Amino acid sequence: MRTETQIAIIGAGPAGLAAADLLAEAGCEVTLLDEQPAAGGQIYRGIASANAERLRVLGTDYAAGRKLLGVLDRPGVTFIGGATVWEVTRERRISYSVGGTARSLAARRVIACTGATERPMPFPGWTLPGVMTVGAGQILLKTSGLLPPAPLVLAGSGPLLYLLAAQYLAAGQAISAIVETTPGGNWRNALRHLPGALIGNRYLRKGLMLLARIRRAGVAHYRGATGLRAEGTSRVEALTFTVRGRTRRLPCATLLIHTGVMPNLQITRSLNLVHDWDALQQCWRPQLDDWGGTGIDGIHVAGDGGGIAGAEAAVHSGRLAAIGCLAALELIGPEDRERRTAAERRALRAQNRARPFLDALYTPAPEFLDPPDETIVCRCEEVTAGKIREFVDLGCLGPNQAKSFGRPGMGPCQGRYCGITVSAIIAARRRVSIDEVGYYRIRPPLKPITLGELAAMDVLDESDGDDPDA
Amino acid sequence: MATTRMPDAIIIGGGLHGLSAALHLARAGLKPLVLEKDYPGRHASGVNAGGVRRLGRDFAEIPLSVEAMRLWHGIADIVGDDCGFIRCGQVKVAETEAELQILRDRAAQVAVLGFDHEEIIGREELLRIVPAISERCVGAMICRADGAANPFRTVMAFRRRAVELGADIRSGSPVAHIERRAGGWSVEAGGARFQASVLVNAAGAWGSQIAGLLGEAPPLRIDAPMLMITEPVAPFLTPVLGAEGRKLSFKQFENGTVLIGGGHRGKAEPGLNLADTRLGGLRQSAATVVALFPQLRATRIVRAWAGIEGVTPDGIPVLGPSVASEGAYHSFGYSYHGFQLGPVTGRIIADLILHGVTDLPIAPFRIDRFSEFHRTGAWREPA
Repeated sequence: MRTETQIAIIGAGPAGLAAADLLAEAGCEVTLLDEQPAAGGQIYRGIASANAERLRVLGTDYAAGRKLLGVLDRPGVTFIGGATVWEVTRERRISYSVGGTARSLAARRVIACTGATERPMPFPGWTLPGVMTVGAGQILLKTSGLLPPAPLVLAGSGPLLYLLAAQYLAAGQAISAIVETTPGGNWRNALRHLPGALIGNRYLRKGLMLLARIRRAGVAHYRGATGLRAEGTSRVEALTFTVRGRTRRLPCATLLIHTGVMPNLQITRSLNLVHDWDALQQCWRPQLDDWGGTGIDGIHVAGDGGGIAGAEAAVHSGRLAAIGCLAALELIGPEDRERRTAAERRALRAQNRARPFLDALYTPAPEFLDPPDETIVCRCEEVTAGKIREFVDLGCLGPNQAKSFGRPGMGPCQGRYCGITVSAIIAARRRVSIDEVGYYRIRPPLKPITLGELAAMDVLDESDGDDPDA
Repeated sequence: MATTRMPDAIIIGGGLHGLSAALHLARAGLKPLVLEKDYPGRHASGVNAGGVRRLGRDFAEIPLSVEAMRLWHGIADIVGDDCGFIRCGQVKVAETEAELQILRDRAAQVAVLGFDHEEIIGREELLRIVPAISERCVGAMICRADGAANPFRTVMAFRRRAVELGADIRSGSPVAHIERRAGGWSVEAGGARFQASVLVNAAGAWGSQIAGLLGEAPPLRIDAPMLMITEPVAPFLTPVLGAEGRKLSFKQFENGTVLIGGGHRGKAEPGLNLADTRLGGLRQSAATVVALFPQLRATRIVRAWAGIEGVTPDGIPVLGPSVASEGAYHSFGYSYHGFQLGPVTGRIIADLILHGVTDLPIAPFRIDRFSEFHRTGAWREPA
């Protein structure tokens, strides 16, 4: 197993694959690591093995992902699937595990393409069995063609909700209802961005097409729903919510929820990069330069992990990071760099024209950032929103202190499902900005590893160990 | 600059030792002020392993540690909260006959000094107390009345009680300037000026920096001891466990998670207020655990962290009056094992301030004891 590489790319989604392609073309030696056994990322998950029927169900945009996989056959490119990266150091040493064995990889440059993760959507009852995220539902569809038990209700906000609904309908799955939580005010805020969005209207056209398909299928569609509550004793039995002052109750065996995605920041957080709060997307993103440079020598970020922009934009930001690497390695000159950078940035701007409209429209509803008291916020340690508010009243100033008060963020998910909510609840209670409250301190191991794995590891870095003067 | 405030004493550092000094002064009716650059318990006091241990203490610390343990057993009477303290015992295992002999010799020396808390047990008794331990272990030293507490909860309890008794605690107030004035001290911190006749330096890893402002900075190494915690596993361990031949501190909590420490060091960045973990030391800790408890091989580590700690060359604290200035006192440099001493160090400082003396032997902790170190430059491993 290799222990050194010229360029390590973490994440083989659109950004990582595009970066690898450009780097391999320039003669670089690239190691691509991905947590999944096959390349494609979440967006093109299972693409290499999908049969004709699955490609039909999932649509042409999904099928188009296959062309990105060509890079895996290029000379100089090594793909390591099933690799869970659990540490990236400032010195560009990557620790990862494959099949229960921990390994170390030293890289001259690193591009982190860790993509997006679904926002947590906490409301009373969201932890009941039978409630899943839309993303999880789509993964089952992409990897094994699995359909969830009916009756099925989809609830939340964002394009992925419509996409999965359309894919389910194409697969013959009945949907009882779509309960949309996009606040009415979002439409008014979004409208001023509509002219710009119409220039790059492919996203909008696709969205309208999906909506039309859902309408034709006769799926009940509730808009402006608030006060969501999943009911049930041992598993979900119904969703209740309020629309225009009237409370409704929809029986369901499966409730799929979604309120958009946010960058997966575990690596950038663990590197102590500066993160800015994006008020429109209601999430943090790392500060990056034009080439995804992080300010740490040799470490770049590309794709949705640097800010949500979607799969096609990720291809261009992946290429920009690759161009940055080539220039730093002096494999291209300054002129070449400027020319290629300008071309990618133009393409990126075109891709991003519909972004302000989409971001304004799908800004998550406030009730999912600051949910009612009885809502479980930290699923691992079962800490409720009300408890977090109590901690603040006792003098807790931020999420790291909250851990000491009541253990939120201290379970196996390491804060992934509760981090943003805990910060938002504390900020609202203290009446300060979420930036002032900050986020959990994220440290390796970024994913749990076993004691046996760690004990058996070959640690390469000489400065490690317990010599304080090292 | 805001109006000058005049508390009875200015304590720099809102960790356990500073808060304990504040609590004991407030109990005596004084109005102390605590200046904390971050928030109380932000560093070593709040994120340590929570060991409440007399076992294996440096001889100089034993009288203080024994008195502190007496206070721990009635901690709720002092701070109004049990601080999560449990009397689960502390055990240090020997894996070889030679290691057990070292422990026997040590216990004999402690007995000669007049203390009986360190007890030697054989394999049979060890297996009865820790059935899951590897059968290679030949025996152990045990302090049955030692235990563990919840560090942050302890800091919060000391803070709460000190405030109830009249202490003023200022978070976000790093000290910018200290000046000796006629009859006392003038301190600028967090945009305000304070004056008091008494100054206490309880600044932990930053203690030498503050002592430097008084003109007597002792050598202090800034370490980043690391800890790891596992996912919950079925109960298998009651006492806090260490090992004579290895760096290990090992404790299973009520929720089943296992805390693994033992003094392997990460990377401290005191200027940035940060401590990073280092893989090499974590790997050694994991290897030690797997050697002693092979059944934990498949148990997952869910978190690792490091804190910032100040370590003196001889591994025991600086505790007592300033030598350079009158009206100043030090309480810092606890070198990995200050938590257990917390309840008593505040009382010592209060006694020194109020009566000029303390009934506990603190001569070994003088701030001007490092001339030997200045000659040799040799650091000793903290006990």
